[in-house]
Amino acid sequence: MTPSYNFAFLDEDTKRMLRRALLKAVAIPGYQVPFGSREMPLPYGWGTGGIQVTAALLGPDDVLKVIDQGADDTTNAVNIRRFFARVAGVATTEHTADATLIQTRHRIPETSLREDQILVFQVPEPEPLRTLEPREAETRTLHALADYGLMHVKLYEDIAQYGHIATSYDYPVLVDGRFLTSPSPIPKFDNPKMDHSPALMLFGAGREKRLYAIPPYTRVESLAFEDHPFEIQRWEHRCELCGSGESYLDEVVVDDRGTRMFVCSDTDFCGQRRAEAQA
Amino acid sequence: MYVAVKGGEQAIARSLELLAEARRGDAAVPELELAQIREQLRLGVARVMQEGSLYDEELAALAIRQAAGDMLEAIFLLRAYRTTLPRFGYTQPLDTTAMRVRRRVSGTFKDVPGGQVLGPTYDYTQRLLEFDTTTPVVVKPAETPLPSNMPRVLDLLDAEALIERIDAGSDPEPMDLTREPLMFPADRATRLQNLSRGDEGFLLSMAYSTQRGYAESHPFAGEIRMGEVDVVVCPEELGFAIEIGSITLTECQMINQFHGGNGVPPQFTRGYGLSMGEGERKAMSMALVDRALRCDELAEANYAPAQNQEFVLSHSDSVEASGFVQHLKLPHYVDFQAELSLLRTLAAQHAAATDEQPLSVAGGEAP
Repeated sequence: MTPSYNFAFLDEDTKRMLRRALLKAVAIPGYQVPFGSREMPLPYGWGTGGIQVTAALLGPDDVLKVIDQGADDTTNAVNIRRFFARVAGVATTEHTADATLIQTRHRIPETSLREDQILVFQVPEPEPLRTLEPREAETRTLHALADYGLMHVKLYEDIAQYGHIATSYDYPVLVDGRFLTSPSPIPKFDNPKMDHSPALMLFGAGREKRLYAIPPYTRVESLAFEDHPFEIQRWEHRCELCGSGESYLDEVVVDDRGTRMFVCSDTDFCGQRRAEAQA
Repeated sequence: MYVAVKGGEQAIARSLELLAEARRGDAAVPELELAQIREQLRLGVARVMQEGSLYDEELAALAIRQAAGDMLEAIFLLRAYRTTLPRFGYTQPLDTTAMRVRRRVSGTFKDVPGGQVLGPTYDYTQRLLEFDTTTPVVVKPAETPLPSNMPRVLDLLDAEALIERIDAGSDPEPMDLTREPLMFPADRATRLQNLSRGDEGFLLSMAYSTQRGYAESHPFAGEIRMGEVDVVVCPEELGFAIEIGSITLTECQMINQFHGGNGVPPQFTRGYGLSMGEGERKAMSMALVDRALRCDELAEANYAPAQNQEFVLSHSDSVEASGFVQHLKLPHYVDFQAELSLLRTLAAQHAAATDEQPLSVAGGEAP
């Protein structure tokens, strides 16, 4: 642990500011709370929002897990875990079940989360309407009026053009029947895990200076139409390492001839299954 | 057989060693001293301080050395350090009228009280590479020293009521953009704060665009001055002002045409730029962009990129932009996999539809 910095890098006043913003976020599920995002020693776009949320929540007894693309061993996940081990000296783990706090980029773990766990998402673009309306002043008004026609028209146009909704990740959700919210760029495969999740889910967008939250047991609906219900990705393959048929699979090119194999994106889930099979 | 990519931690450690080696270069060549960077690369130091929002020549020099001369990386390093510093208080507004001027030029009057003072400028250097090592120059002091107080050129116009009046006391307390999020619409003080931290290259291009017809504002460089300004604080427990030092600043006041509107008569208007150290290009660009961003207040047509405050202010920061552009090199396997399977579905649909009915794709229109 580096003694020249405060516990978990941020000073206590900044943590207090973050916690206040997080409380507001929890009180208004799905609402984007502007906050005084600090410049972090990691680049914007690499998880500065998630890192600030994690820094505000970490206590000395916490056990931290950091994943990127579902994996604990990707370089950015390693780097963020290394950062907190250095500035907070907290215990870290790769096992989902052992963690009290999980910071993630692009996935929700396959293992079901519990009430005593918090999931922190890194968010590049908190505004689900941004690609449809670039002006912030305008999107804030649309949220205030709960006017989400733009998004419904976009999804309708997908159906008109392709026969189904052509959004595969960062698939918009309606939180507690009120706020249209970005689930962050997780595959839509993970969206159902958000609905009535026992674990608190917090979202941090450092560059865009917004926080939002989905409290435990909150209704989270993926947008759809009655005649075009929401569907998740399915594979014809099983994981070639653990044999799972229910997990999200990564496609890996294994030789020069373009041979593919499919393996779990959640490395902890896959490893546990293999360990159990061997036992 | 596939082996999961393990050992991110070790890879990072090796990469850091390679970086340290590459940064140092040939060990037979002496390492740069911070004093050399501070003294001989002072314009680079000024830029890093300005966009790093921290006036500290020693730390800026350290950042430049650590970043191997990559100015944006050095700015990032300084910002990441600055964010941890406690706030002791705020200074009183700087009085640039009392600047101890080393350079002062005006493009609007041939002569002005106090005179035109070129100072140390690259403007008339002819840009010939100096192949011989430079010998130290001994500068003789001027026969008559510069006046200690040079009136601002724009104040001369102000006396004739030809330029918009700005009441120094009328500004509301500025917010601190490094502590509070940028919200839209942003007032002028907030915009100037954002521009002063903004990337010089970005502001230069935005400013240039206003000169090429995208929000033409017919600017004149009313005055550019550079020199030392005292920094004054008034600690609550003392109740009187004390000088805590002086800093080098470059200030630019642009004069722009204005045909009247919003109840305001035709008059000259102002664009303002301020930069730490010698940063003339930055200060001038900032002044042009500041003026362009005042379009709504002056009831001018708002159509050009440089007038669009969400566009300019959201994209001016090099640390934000550099991080987000470069985050694309992080893994996106999961999203890419999602897109792959979607694209395969679409391609299969397309193939099936082309085989059966050439002109119908699942109820949609064919291209």
